[in-house]
Amino acid sequence: MSAPAHAPRSVVLCFMLSALGAAGFAASYVIGLGNEALGVSIGAAFAFLALGLARWSSLISAAEPEYVEERSIGPTPQHEYDAFKQALIEQPVPRSWVLWGSLGTAVAAIGGAALFPLRSLLPAMGTDPDAVLSRTPWKAGLRLVNEEGLPIRPADLALGGVVTAFPEGLDPREHVDTTTLLIRVDPSILQLPAGRASWVVDGVVAYSKLCTHAGCPVGLYVDTADQLLCPCHHSVFDVATGANPIEGPAPHPLPQLPLGTDGDGYLVAEGDFSAPVGPSWGNH
Amino acid sequence: MPSLLPSLLSRVLPHPRPMRKLDERLGFASAGRAALAKVFPDHWSFMLGEIALYSFVFLVLSGIYLALFFEPSTAMVVYHGRYAPMRGEEVSAAYASAVRLSWDVRGGLLVRQAHHWAAHLFIASIVLHLCRIYLTGAFRRPRELNWTIGLTMLVLAIFNAFAGYSLPDDLLSGTGLRIFNAIALSIPIVGSWLAFLAFDGEFPGQEIIQRLYIAHVLLVPALLAVLISVHLAILIRQKHTHFPGPGRRDANVVGSRAWPAYGLRSLSLLAAVFAALLLAGGLLQINPVWAWGDFDPATVTAPSVADWYILWIEGALRLFPPVEFQVFGFEIPNQFWCGVVLPGLIFGALYLWPWLDRRWNDDREPHHLTGRPRESPLRVGLASAMLAFMAVLLVAGSQELIVQWTGWTVGSVRDVLRVLVFVLPLIAGFAGRWVAESLRRSDLDHAVELGHREMVAGLRRRNRPQAQ
Repeated sequence: MSAPAHAPRSVVLCFMLSALGAAGFAASYVIGLGNEALGVSIGAAFAFLALGLARWSSLISAAEPEYVEERSIGPTPQHEYDAFKQALIEQPVPRSWVLWGSLGTAVAAIGGAALFPLRSLLPAMGTDPDAVLSRTPWKAGLRLVNEEGLPIRPADLALGGVVTAFPEGLDPREHVDTTTLLIRVDPSILQLPAGRASWVVDGVVAYSKLCTHAGCPVGLYVDTADQLLCPCHHSVFDVATGANPIEGPAPHPLPQLPLGTDGDGYLVAEGDFSAPVGPSWGNH
Repeated sequence: MPSLLPSLLSRVLPHPRPMRKLDERLGFASAGRAALAKVFPDHWSFMLGEIALYSFVFLVLSGIYLALFFEPSTAMVVYHGRYAPMRGEEVSAAYASAVRLSWDVRGGLLVRQAHHWAAHLFIASIVLHLCRIYLTGAFRRPRELNWTIGLTMLVLAIFNAFAGYSLPDDLLSGTGLRIFNAIALSIPIVGSWLAFLAFDGEFPGQEIIQRLYIAHVLLVPALLAVLISVHLAILIRQKHTHFPGPGRRDANVVGSRAWPAYGLRSLSLLAAVFAALLLAGGLLQINPVWAWGDFDPATVTAPSVADWYILWIEGALRLFPPVEFQVFGFEIPNQFWCGVVLPGLIFGALYLWPWLDRRWNDDREPHHLTGRPRESPLRVGLASAMLAFMAVLLVAGSQELIVQWTGWTVGSVRDVLRVLVFVLPLIAGFAGRWVAESLRRSDLDHAVELGHREMVAGLRRRNRPQAQ
């Protein structure tokens, strides 16, 4: 193994350039230069360091032979292995099922007990998750408001108009399951499931905005075809027939919210959605 | 005056020198000498795992810096910073601190972007390393254990990248979390309980950012650090595999010594990884959270395309038909198949692969001399099929881009991809197997020419003799 006797000039040059890059980074930081200057200077410092080290290593490799190392891995000789096993199970550690079994029970019990505090990760619900998922805070008489919190009259929507609506007085960020889409269509095209004729006010229909596939907001409305498109997995829902899925992976229609008006002519809910909103879950 | 330095040093340094003092206490010199003489094979493909290791080092270092500024909280705050369009707006503390990191913390954007690029490089280099191990048969006995540890690290890396992507509480990451929540909900019987445990109730919950933060900065990195240590300890114990060549046997390793040749080369790789990540962090914009806007559960960005390491699941979710049926009275939600079953099958098959391969080839012998990929046409075929399958899913995950380019409808693009997802893997699988078999046959036919080529390659290596 004979490394070059003198310092290789190319390697030294690389290291000096690397130091220069680092100094450039410090200067860029102090001056307050942009992200590009910071990245290029510190990147160059590391790049020249890499170049110098690579060159140095290749100079050494060129002067060196290829080394051979024997591999000594393999099973331990039988008598040594037996001795190891003997030491492991030697007296005074008896092979008693009662002793080992009780130790195992204690360890398993401690492990099991340690899982119980995980339940504290659940919020206080007073009921099981399935019941929480099955309903939303919508109820008869609750006003619909827009993103600014203002109540909505049917006439506020032009034909083909869409508004995202929430229940009055509730934080929409906390009650995501209430997010509703109001769409005004020509009443003559509506072919809603039986019993829903009275859920529509002046051609305004209300559907849950949460896709029944993975829960994304169904954000795109194609007014020429009266279709709703989910941008996540491209499910398409037909507004006229009760938001039935006609394309893509969504298996269920968007639940519909029964609408009515209050004494002031503002839109109110007449009850909860026609089905649980959002994605199906495993204990449905 | 080169002779000045050593004499100066010997006067400055106390006598005896610190290294000797340490050795007096620890007695490491003979073990250290053996470690310096450890032999590493010289082949570029053995550097892929090292790239992953150095990306992890970079992720930890840059992540510590980011953690000093990031605030993992969904409490609403008013942003007062340099990013004018957002000034005075009420957003979550997590989002505000991510924007502040990008606009107001000097050097913050560089570290944030380099950290995100490092996550990509970390996962990509693990995947390529896995391909190398798989195609050369290095997973075979006695390395099954390290194969499973490596796979576990890949799963953890993907999870942690997803968690980190979700932390800034921007609109894009919120959509990702919504889908993650729907997949958790879909697990039969326990799904709703699991989702409520993770999210503190119904989506979005108040706690998910804090919980992901602890997982992202502590739990998963600590697990990864432990697994990396075990992975490397097993590697050192078993020593590297190497490719066949003159003087190379199962019972030895041929290559460069750890110090200085290999050590310097590896340090050079470390510096190169850092250089690439910092240059990318400075020059290539990634995840501009201020442009997405803060998370609003009632809106969504369109197009919404996830990062590639998770995008294949998105693609599968898009292609899957809208079926839902009951098993033993329990409805199996649609998203269960692509969100849980598909990744479970893929990773399950990968975990079992050493044992499946052993049964298929009826080969239980230990192997330290690996083959070229062509020596196992079956493995090449399966890998080609798998990569083609993943490629179609990635395209499906970004199909809105195809819709934009081609002008076709979403439905017709989806129909084409639904066919391709089955046909392309079959074609690629058989093609891969055929190519590997042809290459292997031509190797046998032209054994003499190959010998000549090997000789030239050997000369190019400056005729390095072998020494013990």
